[in-house]
Amino acid sequence: MSDKNEEWDLIVKPKNSIFNVDLQSFWHYRDLLLLFVKRDFIAVYKQTVLGPLWYIIQPLLTTFMFTVIFGQIAKIPTDGIPKILFYLSGVTMWTYFAECLNKTSNTFISNSTIFGKVYFPRLIVPVSIIISNLITFAVQFLLFILVLLYYFSTTDLIHPNIYILLLPLLILIMAGTGLGLGIIISSLTTKYRDLRFLIAFGVQLFMFATPVIYPMSFLSAKQKVFMMANPLSAIMETFRFAFTGVGVFNWMHLLYSFICMLILLFIGIILFNKVEKTFMDTV
Amino acid sequence: MKVVIKVENISKRYNLGEVGTGTLSRDINAWWARMKGKENPNLKVTETEKSGYENTFHQALSNISFNVNEGDVLGIIGKNGAGKSTLLKILSRVTTPSSGQFKVKGRIASLLEVGTGFHPDLTGRENVFLNGAILGMRKSEIRSKFDEIIEFSGVEKFIDTPVKRYSSGMYVRLAFAVAAHLEPEILIVDEVLAVGDLEFQKKCLGKMKDVSEQGRTVLFVSHNMNAMQQLCSRGILISKGSLEMDADINTVVNHYIGLAKTGAANISEFARRGNKAISFTDFYITDSGLNKVDRVMMKDDLFVNLLMKAKEEVRQLDVSFTIRNAFGEAITHVQNMDNDFIIPVNQEDYFFRIRLKDILFVPGTYFISIWAGNSTEAYDCIDNCMSFEVLNNPDLNRLIYPHNIRVFQNSQWEIAAGA
Repeated sequence: MSDKNEEWDLIVKPKNSIFNVDLQSFWHYRDLLLLFVKRDFIAVYKQTVLGPLWYIIQPLLTTFMFTVIFGQIAKIPTDGIPKILFYLSGVTMWTYFAECLNKTSNTFISNSTIFGKVYFPRLIVPVSIIISNLITFAVQFLLFILVLLYYFSTTDLIHPNIYILLLPLLILIMAGTGLGLGIIISSLTTKYRDLRFLIAFGVQLFMFATPVIYPMSFLSAKQKVFMMANPLSAIMETFRFAFTGVGVFNWMHLLYSFICMLILLFIGIILFNKVEKTFMDTV
Repeated sequence: MKVVIKVENISKRYNLGEVGTGTLSRDINAWWARMKGKENPNLKVTETEKSGYENTFHQALSNISFNVNEGDVLGIIGKNGAGKSTLLKILSRVTTPSSGQFKVKGRIASLLEVGTGFHPDLTGRENVFLNGAILGMRKSEIRSKFDEIIEFSGVEKFIDTPVKRYSSGMYVRLAFAVAAHLEPEILIVDEVLAVGDLEFQKKCLGKMKDVSEQGRTVLFVSHNMNAMQQLCSRGILISKGSLEMDADINTVVNHYIGLAKTGAANISEFARRGNKAISFTDFYITDSGLNKVDRVMMKDDLFVNLLMKAKEEVRQLDVSFTIRNAFGEAITHVQNMDNDFIIPVNQEDYFFRIRLKDILFVPGTYFISIWAGNSTEAYDCIDNCMSFEVLNNPDLNRLIYPHNIRVFQNSQWEIAAGA
């Protein structure tokens, strides 16, 4: 009987090898991926008055709050970059990561009704979230560029440089880290719901451990070592350095972030792949 | 014949009660113990893994094996809770078997529900694409069939309205229309026909028939035995998680209906409710010659025989029964009070013979659910414990009954004078 095995298109067993990720069927469902992205994008702002304008209002208000609280009241320095621009750069990048993480970490629970009725590669859902957030990010990034141009033409404080070309890489690492961490958490929440509570404020706390509202130069040498252990630190710093000419840039730091992303993604996909088969029985 | 699905010894166990032990640390403990080859420290001292096993698992399916050939329309039959849905879930890859495996040749699509993934805020058009993609269609495929889908659903006018404004009927029709235009090599369908009005159900049955006539493979679960017999070529009967029968559809359906009928042989098999002050001991259907039968010609009489035994004294006893058609629709209800018959109580045994005059239900399978009790409580009731077939009577001059009618009405026609 085993000699006929090659003829079958699909063999389902209780457990497959943990590395057996079905990329072929993922490719078959690529249209679904795009339709999910479209759905997320359209459905969020249906029946709102301001619609997609919220994409801009959110970072603007946050930046304004940060400027008042951390800039004016706590008087945290911003390395000579105009405060608005400094916080907006942090908020733009951070929001993307936080949204990716928050939403992907809910994959199994919020989609359990669909997952319980029909099969498609489950990984489609978190990947579609990463992509639809990319659209939001693009809008917010445009806002950042406008503000940047304003300061660039009116002041002499900003020095964008060639490292801007690293932007796609930075986004890739952000997305990959958010996806990796998100699917690890979503895989674990099918059994341990506790993690859902953790993630809600965990993301907020994580922001303070990343140079979003303060520059690296604000820290002591010892603190810096701890800070660089956070793979997102290098991303934030490189981003600021590329667009404003101020900050720390180091290829090794960036490589470290990249490797961290690969490890998280690897663990995430393996866990996710294992859980997606039986989560219907436990969720 | 090419085998397109090969199911080999599939079993499915579900954990009963709380999943996991509740906390992460205890799970880690248990895992660590397993790793070292010791017994789980969280199990009670008295229960070892083996004895605890029976109590903590529910065996939904055990060692199911069968093959499906290309072009088969396979009906999966079984009582509620027999494991049909679990089997479908495994075959549609929503969950995996606990042991065993299955192999598939060709593209497989499953319809365990219509309208999976419909988003209320999106328009009908957007949802057609989304739902189609979820079911595994490519965008180009959906686009080429879009007009057909819309026409089939009959909601052209509202196609650019968000589906949350749809009536439930429109919603279901649109959803089924998408599903009906799937063209996988293998289709798995679960009771989808139980939705929508009868007109639409008829359309769906027609569509299913088309699909099977195109030589595609279909796996179909339904409680509608008529539909099963119309559509399927082969049937498998699942009972308590095991494969009980695998044969052509008529044999399986007859066996299954026979189970319900001759279930009297083992009356304890039925799920029953009530306090059992008086309980049914036997029930069967006879013709006017008092022969046990399972079919009746239209216009003939039918006798329902009910035997009961009393355990306690009661003040009052009423007996009634409901007759349902294969769709589960109640066709009629009969009770002793209907002709002022007061049952004399406090006998040890009761034997009722109820005559149903001139049966005029349209041809099909019917099920009888019996009830005994008084005005405040039920003594005993058993659902669908008897069934019978109604056959057309040529004397009625009627060859075809429209799909959605339930009973025949005798009529007399004349040209009225002086119109």
